[in-house]
Amino acid sequence: MVKSELLHEAHDHAHDHVCWGGGHAHAHHHRLEVSDLCVSYNEVRALEHISFATECGRSIALVGPNGAGKSTLLKCLAGLIVPDSGNIIWRGQRLTRSSHEIAYLPQRGDVNWNFPITVRGLVEMGRFPNLGWWRRFSDHDETMVKRALEAMDLMDLQDRQISALSGGQQQRVFLARALAQEAHVLLLDEPYTGLDKPSQEVLAGLFRELTKEGRLLIASHHDLQTVADIFDDVLMLRRTQIVFGSTEEVFTAANIDAAYGANIPTGLEDRF
Amino acid sequence: MAADLSAVPSLSDFLAEPIARRALLACVMIGFANGFVSAFVVLRRSALKVGTLSHSLLPGIALVVLIAGVTNWSLLAGSVFAALFVGLGSVFLSRTSRLDQDTSMGILYTTGFAAGLIILQRLNLRQKLDEWLFGSIVGMADTDLWIAFGISLVAVVTLVVLQRPLLIYMFEPNVAASLGVPVRLLNYATFGVVILVLVSSLQAVGCILSVGLLITPAATVYLLTNEAKWLFIGGGILGAVGSVLAFLLQYPLGWSVSGAIVVVQGIFFLTAYVFSPRYGLFAKREVQV
Repeated sequence: MVKSELLHEAHDHAHDHVCWGGGHAHAHHHRLEVSDLCVSYNEVRALEHISFATECGRSIALVGPNGAGKSTLLKCLAGLIVPDSGNIIWRGQRLTRSSHEIAYLPQRGDVNWNFPITVRGLVEMGRFPNLGWWRRFSDHDETMVKRALEAMDLMDLQDRQISALSGGQQQRVFLARALAQEAHVLLLDEPYTGLDKPSQEVLAGLFRELTKEGRLLIASHHDLQTVADIFDDVLMLRRTQIVFGSTEEVFTAANIDAAYGANIPTGLEDRF
Repeated sequence: MAADLSAVPSLSDFLAEPIARRALLACVMIGFANGFVSAFVVLRRSALKVGTLSHSLLPGIALVVLIAGVTNWSLLAGSVFAALFVGLGSVFLSRTSRLDQDTSMGILYTTGFAAGLIILQRLNLRQKLDEWLFGSIVGMADTDLWIAFGISLVAVVTLVVLQRPLLIYMFEPNVAASLGVPVRLLNYATFGVVILVLVSSLQAVGCILSVGLLITPAATVYLLTNEAKWLFIGGGILGAVGSVLAFLLQYPLGWSVSGAIVVVQGIFFLTAYVFSPRYGLFAKREVQV
């Protein structure tokens, strides 16, 4: 399969993980550590005391009811929201603003699909953080864009305007931009929303390949049925952190109840 | 050729006049700059805000005239003053009361506009007032022309220099920062550019119609292309060509210049709206796959 060959071509160190692109081969796995993160949004506490640590090569589902803080956490990791307190450590350094090694993929509803831009144009945007304001597109940049388009199977669609695509294709365009950006960490806000079954399966396959290559994938996800099939780890949220761990261990009925509040005291008991 | 002094000079005679040639030159520069910047206004979806801003220029100018009298720089100084007042004022109002920013701006600009009208009327500046409300491209002096040239140059060059971060900023204003875009800097820079071209269009079509020249050209191109780059270039060309065409038409027809400029842009837009091969009324939409 041409696609996976391309994806794995950069593996020259057998035991190493490679986020392909700038030929980054790392002796150590990249670690992302979040400690005691508290975030307010419009003066309302959205997240409290979130702590977890993970590394490249994993995929994490953020699970929890609406308003649990999933999007807030993603935006915070992307450097779009400044936390009240706590630390985000990426590769041993404190993350104070956005890094081009971290790519954020917005929710479908937040994208202006009528914007006059083609698939290729959007993927080329991924090179901008590396290029700065003026540097010309080099051969390397061209190659990166081409590889990203090929990996996401978008070569035939590259001249399409982005609204003339299916939901699955649209999701792949943003993934391709993250690849062109040479991002190590991919933050996705509800990537499965609005996708039909076949597109969901394609996306799940892509997720597996991306993590196998050594990328860290963190996605908010509301479909509890598919969490275990797609993700290695789960972070359950309900403003505070319910639990974090591998899907097998922590994605249990008891924890889901705790996150969604089925058996949680509502405070009403006292009144009656 | 018998000299008939009562007859209106022909178009070619009129164009031989320095005043007419200056106006034509102004049409090209102001039309291009406004059309170019209109791409930003359309893509950033800020047409409404620009409309508000254009009306709020009048009280700023009135205040500057009140303080310093009428000079070549009244327009520029007054506009900058007004823009600051409205921009900061609306933020302040919305932060300190329960009103949202749109409502605050609506109140600020109508009140300001009304106050400006009264001041200029009390200062016995009827003539000037008409010029600022409806434009005075035929009456432009050399200094005005140079100011218009400077403004157009600064506006176009700024947007060209910022094109890469600007593209992301227009496409994803809320998450642009995650791609390393200096959002705050772009906020200020583009606000400044919009104010500048508004000042130049004030001269051409007056503050009431200025929005027409600062929205319509790129909106027309929006119906024709899938590339943001062409919105800027095409918008500039349409703005310039349309303004020149309007100037040539208005003379034999006896129309108001500013009216003609905005109507021609409107006709361009309607034509694209109906006949655009891609996004027109009769176009076959691309089928979703």
